Amino acid sequence: MFQIQVSTSINGDDTEFSCEADETLLDVLRDRLGMTGSKEGCGTGDCGACSVIVDGRLVCSCLMLGAEAQDREIETIEGMADGTDLHPLQQKFLDHAALQCGVCTPGFLVAAKSLLERNDDPTEEEVRYWLAGNLCRCTGYDKIVRAVLDTAKDMRKPAKTKKPAAKKRVKA
Amino acid sequence: MQYHAPATVKDAVKLLAGSKGNTQILAGGTDLLVRMRSGFSEPETIIDIKRISPMCKIARDGKGFSIGAAVSSSEMSENAALAKAWPGVVESAALIGSTQIQGRATIAGNLCNASPAADSVPAMVAAGAKALIRGPKGKRKVAVEKICKGPGKTILKKGELLEAILLPAKPARTGDAYLRFIPRTEMDIAVAGAGICVTLDAKGVCTAARVSLGAIAPTVLLVDKAAKALVGTRIDDAALDALAAACSAAARPINDKRGTKEFRTHIAGVLARRAAIIARDRALGKV
Ligand SMILES: Cc1cc2nc3c(=O)[nH]c(=O)nc-3n(C[C@H](O)[C@H](O)[C@H](O)COP(=O)(O)OP(=O)(O)OC[C@H]3O[C@@H](n4cnc5c(N)ncnc54)[C@H](O)[C@@H]3O)c2cc1C
Ligand code: FES
Ligand code: FES
Repeated sequence: MFQIQVSTSINGDDTEFSCEADETLLDVLRDRLGMTGSKEGCGTGDCGACSVIVDGRLVCSCLMLGAEAQDREIETIEGMADGTDLHPLQQKFLDHAALQCGVCTPGFLVAAKSLLERNDDPTEEEVRYWLAGNLCRCTGYDKIVRAVLDTAKDMRKPAKTKKPAAKKRVKA
Repeated sequence: MQYHAPATVKDAVKLLAGSKGNTQILAGGTDLLVRMRSGFSEPETIIDIKRISPMCKIARDGKGFSIGAAVSSSEMSENAALAKAWPGVVESAALIGSTQIQGRATIAGNLCNASPAADSVPAMVAAGAKALIRGPKGKRKVAVEKICKGPGKTILKKGELLEAILLPAKPARTGDAYLRFIPRTEMDIAVAGAGICVTLDAKGVCTAARVSLGAIAPTVLLVDKAAKALVGTRIDDAALDALAAACSAAARPINDKRGTKEFRTHIAGVLARRAAIIARDRALGKV
């Protein structure tokens, strides 16, 4: 079958792949590029395990075609740690035991990262609404929410000495 | 399957008009990809409209707002002027799914998908929104309440697509609101929904109203009788009671796993009442 050639950027690396027209970005990431960090929980936009950031916006990679990635900037869970240095959110998830089987974890981490990039001081309610599209069937949400709030607190600390950042809107 | 991402509306219409078999426009894909995945839709051709730059923009002029058909719910929420003018419409779009879904979902897609429970549709109908349709024969503007014929069916003809949703400039002392009922706080489909828009005179008397109900009939309804219950009043308790009664009377719901006919009929009135209070207070500049 005729395949589509796509050039895109994934975690800052120029990436080229070919895919079928009806293949999702999630399928491309996992099956063609070997990036299996993004998970498929449902394939229908309900669970958030496939969350990635496209041009700065949090989306479900299961609801986007691979072909749509042309010239976009994509961030996945694979780009979150800096080599062996974990992202502060990843460390806090460990500290708070905010995971069990771990299938939901990449999606939660990517979604939480996109929240903290917009709002460095979210309320618990804002965290819960932001993460409403991420489902966890093992851990429950409390530890996850606490890990996110705790990360936000730590990440704000160095900035405290400077002028406090203006409060940003929470909406995606 | 073929995937096209044209750069102009003209090219999109040409592709659409010339295509054979099942051809689907791809906006946010939050309905279409779910349908493809579950085997309900097997398009032979997909036309992605997100590379058409005017369709990715919210434009404002003296006549009001034009929301391009590829603009996501999140982009609507981030547009301060739009959120200030039509908070009901923006809030209804912000109820669609999760953060991830809102980053992609469009109100034009919500309308063209033609679900009776589509959240942004009653809000658009109440606000008097029009759909700008583009086809091989040119443009036409159609009131949003006239777009859907039944579940999954629209009046769009072969080769036609929605280019934008047009919202009028908001008249003075006008407020809109949309409320829905779902069994939880996020991520569910409306059991019933109500969109209201009211205009008041300087004394606070309602001079114009539009009332729209969702999920209580095969299509979203514009309920003139309910609007009449508000016009000429200060939207006081008596008027709100009459509004609720007219809305419940207009409901023709089905029983399904989300709610019974009785519940939907009742709740349609309750939601309309509450939405009317918010719309009135917005028109008065209180909120
Ligand atoms: C997890 C989840 C939760 C959801 N929650 C809600 C909810 O709470 N409330 C709600 O109302 N909906 C909800 N939805 C449904 C969906 O997100 C909305 O209907 C959304 O607005 C669809 O917009 P879209 O741009 O993604 O449409 P698409 O999927 O791109 O398109 C939908 C349909 O409309 C057609 N179409 C799209 N744009 C045009 C156009 N410009 N011209 C002609 N035809 C067009 C497409 O061909 C397709 O048939 C949910 C979906 C998911 C997956
Ligand atoms: S796999 Fe994409 S939302 Fe569940
Ligand atoms: S840890 Fe298992 S689903 Fe969340």
